[in-house]
Amino acid sequence: MGAQLRVYRGRIRSVKATKKITKAMELIASSRIVKAQQRIEAASPYTNALVRAISAAASNGSTAHPLTHPRGEERVRAAVCFVTADRGMAGGYSSNVIREAEALTNLLKGEGLDVKHYIVGRKGVNFYRFRERPIAGQWTGFTDQPRYEHAQAIAAGLLEALQAPLAEGGVDEIHIVYTLFHNMAQQEVRVRRLIPMEVVEVSYEEAVEREIVLPLYDFEPAAETVLDALLPKYVTNLVWNALLQAAASEHAARRRAMKSATDNAEELIKSLTRQANQARQAEITQEISEIVGGADALASAK
Amino acid sequence: MSLSVSLVSAERKLWSGAATSVIARTAEGEIGILSGHEPVLAILADGGVVRIESEGAGRITAAVHGGFLSVDHDEVILLAEVAELADEIDAARAQAALDRARSEESEAATAAAHRAEARLRAVAGVHH
Repeated sequence: MGAQLRVYRGRIRSVKATKKITKAMELIASSRIVKAQQRIEAASPYTNALVRAISAAASNGSTAHPLTHPRGEERVRAAVCFVTADRGMAGGYSSNVIREAEALTNLLKGEGLDVKHYIVGRKGVNFYRFRERPIAGQWTGFTDQPRYEHAQAIAAGLLEALQAPLAEGGVDEIHIVYTLFHNMAQQEVRVRRLIPMEVVEVSYEEAVEREIVLPLYDFEPAAETVLDALLPKYVTNLVWNALLQAAASEHAARRRAMKSATDNAEELIKSLTRQANQARQAEITQEISEIVGGADALASAK
Repeated sequence: MSLSVSLVSAERKLWSGAATSVIARTAEGEIGILSGHEPVLAILADGGVVRIESEGAGRITAAVHGGFLSVDHDEVILLAEVAELADEIDAARAQAALDRARSEESEAATAAAHRAEARLRAVAGVHH
């Protein structure tokens, strides 16, 4: 076998091995998307009820609560939390989130705020560590299958910053950047302000129409205390929701990236096979012409 | 008239259905809810046990941690960050967790002990 043919065959073998791996990763990711989607749906009754309760408590309490109102006259510092992946092989998933977080950071800095970063996922942490930027908090190792405890840990870190005095690095705003999962084919990077909560003013008629009139609750204990107790739950719930959405998006992004890798491998195998065939054909042609040439030479020598 | 009750944890809906009464422990004390109760939004005590007298499915008992309760128009929603139905609780594991938590002395261990106690109470059906 000719040297060139051997090289082609070797490359075909290696591309085939890679294709097997990418295909397997694609299948794993597709099966996990469904599970992740079900978890998002399973969490929604809690979110709905919590948001309703908070709206009721917030609209009742007349005092300025840190949940709905800025802490001081001036905004000093903001926390930006963003959710990236632990592993690569997911196309632009992590870098899209990082880019959006960078844009948000620049925007906040432009408004004269100091920005602290809280990072979820190894990719984001590595990005910051490589550039030697300070990280206020980091959590890694669970982005593909987050558990509620993880959301609680992240929320605890963010709330600690919210409750700390401004002089000691406390923040008055919390933003979160994550990837929202629309469907298998569509995910979108979303920037959301957690604190202060975005209060939507709705007119009475509109409220009646949309059936969001809140009952006159009797609070136990007082409305402010209830609101205080709901604040950490609210932040934890939003972080939890962001983690679930991000996990589903990560699997979707990985599936897409691995699908195109598999397709590319197939394409490559096809063209390499063609080249190998050509090389084999050329070899045969050469051998025939050598034999014919040799026979000719023998015949003419007689 | 009966109550429509749903017990929801952060991760999933645990139980929902019709019930005649709900008994829970709030930060201020026991609260019992029957049909026609005024709208209430109450914070549940940590490591508490909730008892639902359901229509058709008997008594439902659950351990709830870090939750609250809302009542409005005979619709009762029990929300908890972590909640477990008595049927799903492994008593032996809860006992082990309680023993482990009691042997340590820290804030986290005390909280863990409370949670384990609530689980055991839910299994035993004792409500206090």
